[in-house]
Amino acid sequence: MATTSAIDVVMPQMGVSVSEGTITKWLKQEGETVEADESLLEISTDKVDTEVPSPGSGIVQQILVQEGETVEVGTKLAVIAPEGAEAPAAAEETPPEPATQQAAAEAEAPSSSEGETPTPEAAPPEPTPAPAPAPVAAEGNGGGEKTFVSPVVARIASEHGVDVGQVSGTGRGGRVTKKDILAFVESGGAQQQEQPQEAAPAAPAEPQAPPEPAQAPPKPAPAAAPAAPQPVAQAQQIEPEAGESVEPMSAMRRGIAEHMRRSLDTSAHVTSAIEVDMSRVVAIRKKLKSEYQKSYGVNPTYLAFVARATVETLRDYPWINGELRGDRIVTRNYVHLGFAVEIADGKGLIVPVVRHTEGLNLLGMARAISDIAQRARDKKLLPDDVQGGTFTITNPGGYGTFHGTPVISQPQAAILGTYAVVKRPWVIQDDRGEDVIAIRPIMNLTLTYDHRLVDGALAGRFLRDLREKLESWEESNY
Amino acid sequence: MTYLQAISDGLRQEMRRDKRVFVIGEDVGVYGGAFKVTLGFQEEFGPWRVIDAPLSETAIVGGCTGAAIMGMRPVAEMQFADFISCAWDHLVTVAAKQRWRAGTPVPITVRLPSGGGFSGGPFHSQNPESSFAHIPGLKVICPATPEDAKGLLATAIQDPNPCLYFEHKHLYRRLKAEVPEERYETPFGKARLHREGDDVSVITWGAMVHTAEEAAQQLEGEGISVEIVDLRTLIPWDKQAVLQSVSKTSKVVVLHEDTMTGGFGGEIAATIAEEAFEDLDGPLKRIAAPDTPVPFSPVLEKAYIPQVDDVLAGIREVAEY
Repeated sequence: MATTSAIDVVMPQMGVSVSEGTITKWLKQEGETVEADESLLEISTDKVDTEVPSPGSGIVQQILVQEGETVEVGTKLAVIAPEGAEAPAAAEETPPEPATQQAAAEAEAPSSSEGETPTPEAAPPEPTPAPAPAPVAAEGNGGGEKTFVSPVVARIASEHGVDVGQVSGTGRGGRVTKKDILAFVESGGAQQQEQPQEAAPAAPAEPQAPPEPAQAPPKPAPAAAPAAPQPVAQAQQIEPEAGESVEPMSAMRRGIAEHMRRSLDTSAHVTSAIEVDMSRVVAIRKKLKSEYQKSYGVNPTYLAFVARATVETLRDYPWINGELRGDRIVTRNYVHLGFAVEIADGKGLIVPVVRHTEGLNLLGMARAISDIAQRARDKKLLPDDVQGGTFTITNPGGYGTFHGTPVISQPQAAILGTYAVVKRPWVIQDDRGEDVIAIRPIMNLTLTYDHRLVDGALAGRFLRDLREKLESWEESNY
Repeated sequence: MTYLQAISDGLRQEMRRDKRVFVIGEDVGVYGGAFKVTLGFQEEFGPWRVIDAPLSETAIVGGCTGAAIMGMRPVAEMQFADFISCAWDHLVTVAAKQRWRAGTPVPITVRLPSGGGFSGGPFHSQNPESSFAHIPGLKVICPATPEDAKGLLATAIQDPNPCLYFEHKHLYRRLKAEVPEERYETPFGKARLHREGDDVSVITWGAMVHTAEEAAQQLEGEGISVEIVDLRTLIPWDKQAVLQSVSKTSKVVVLHEDTMTGGFGGEIAATIAEEAFEDLDGPLKRIAAPDTPVPFSPVLEKAYIPQVDDVLAGIREVAEY
């Protein structure tokens, strides 16, 4: 097949726990020239979206995995021919029928291993034939005459990794309408399709250049593995009632749904709360704010103070910064701190991680938080930015809530919730030692912990110490 | 309250609250206007605020432009929208461009009784909104309901730009609905979702909103759920609302009473093709009048102006695709 000098583009390993990725966009098409390190395609993993640079210079000879398809790490995605070598090779490489054959082969290979995949959010491996030869194959394939695929149907198909040919159409001349494909997706057809309908496109031909899934490692998958297709498959045909509307779940939404469910199924969630008098923090923050902004362009947020104090406190509570791994308790001498960041107008959530926060002072913490939150919103996070956290802080207080029971980010042991700073009447002692009511800025903190590892007493002590650090904050200490 | 009464009341309310507002047009004073929109106005506001103009649209719009530049807020009535072509130069060359040339606002409102359906023939039945929608500097308003007729008129009079207010003659006395008594302004560029539906979006304005509604009611029985977006104003037009509806239904009919070629429906269709291509599940359909003058014969006029049956057929075609 490909000339010996051809360069293979493979699905990169985008982080230790990422085992597969979805092609979201090819930035270069077949026949286009690409330079080494120039962005060649965009991929979406269960962690982040990113661009993949070309491994070499030349002409994109063949694209083997289409947009919307999900493949394992190491799968060959495209072939780049070094300049000059492309013409004869390309002709030889794309006879019409092998393309469909290849699709069938591809669909079969991953389907056997697919059950273990911990990422139901990503579209399943996609048997859609490569687009360049596809029309030819469709026409030559007298049995299933393919009709026009409308733009919206094409888009939904690519978003969900559905082969439109597998959907039965109710439109004019059997055309697949938007409703048809949405119903197909809703009914979980996308998952099931790899088995039943395969026979249709399979024409006898020499198996040609199947992408090499064999090359991928068996399954790194450290995270627990739920039965992937179940929740979607059982959803059946969803017909909206009057007044209802139905939309498909985004990949991120599915990821969140799966993770939240799995976390609640894994950990024994318990939440304790404590009230913190933030007077000192408020005063110090007021003082530092203009200095930080003027000198460093960074806002010392309450979150930065709380994060700094939390890291400090975690040093004394390694279990809260730890993890249950099998029947062992794992603790560390570092804190990789995750921050829950809302994106997409509150309709998405990502938890970027600041590594080695034990080495950051208040300024460093403030800077790291603002950097990572910004990159999260700009979709500039790298896969390793969102994994390896040892403890997480979530800050739903921005909207004024004063209490909550967050869900632990697995496989961590606990998550800290910070809430709105609110002025409250507060009983304090005046300088004569008498009780008086003062107006104080109060913040509630919650610690939600995995009771399998952390008991209430330990959590209580942790919160007490954290409060103590915040209430007695000394500017010079941090 | 009728559509006509709503216009009349809205105009009276503006004249009562704002002394700069005056009315000028052919027969608007003693006679109360060809359609009686300004009936009783001269008695209430006097001949200097309700001015009977000579038979010259050029003079009317030219005079309004001068008065507007000097700080007044004139409301001109064209007896029929068709006659506005005589005032083209003043509107398009002077009024529309004055603000760009000299920075002076030109707050004119021109009321334009438009549309057919009563055998008015080629000089008394046209819908020339698209010609003016093409002119930067003019605003184009096409109310479809009594409530909007009043609210949009108030907004037009207070707007600092020349506003062409197309009032549909066919709706004048046929359309009745509740209209709030107090003064209110209906914002420009904000479409009204006339009817919610899932299968096909009909983008339209003016009298065709009601034609579409009748068709939609019939189609409900056939299981086709139609969404009707009433644009209310063409300049500015609510692109967002249209694109939102398109992304919901993925099938679109653009309907207007004006002729097809160069009609504003083409602008909407082009925008959908540009900005919502990946939302489409079928070809967009335009329903409009054929490219001829409006016929006088009642039979031919019926064949000319889009009727409920035409809209039914168009929506079915798109729905079945």
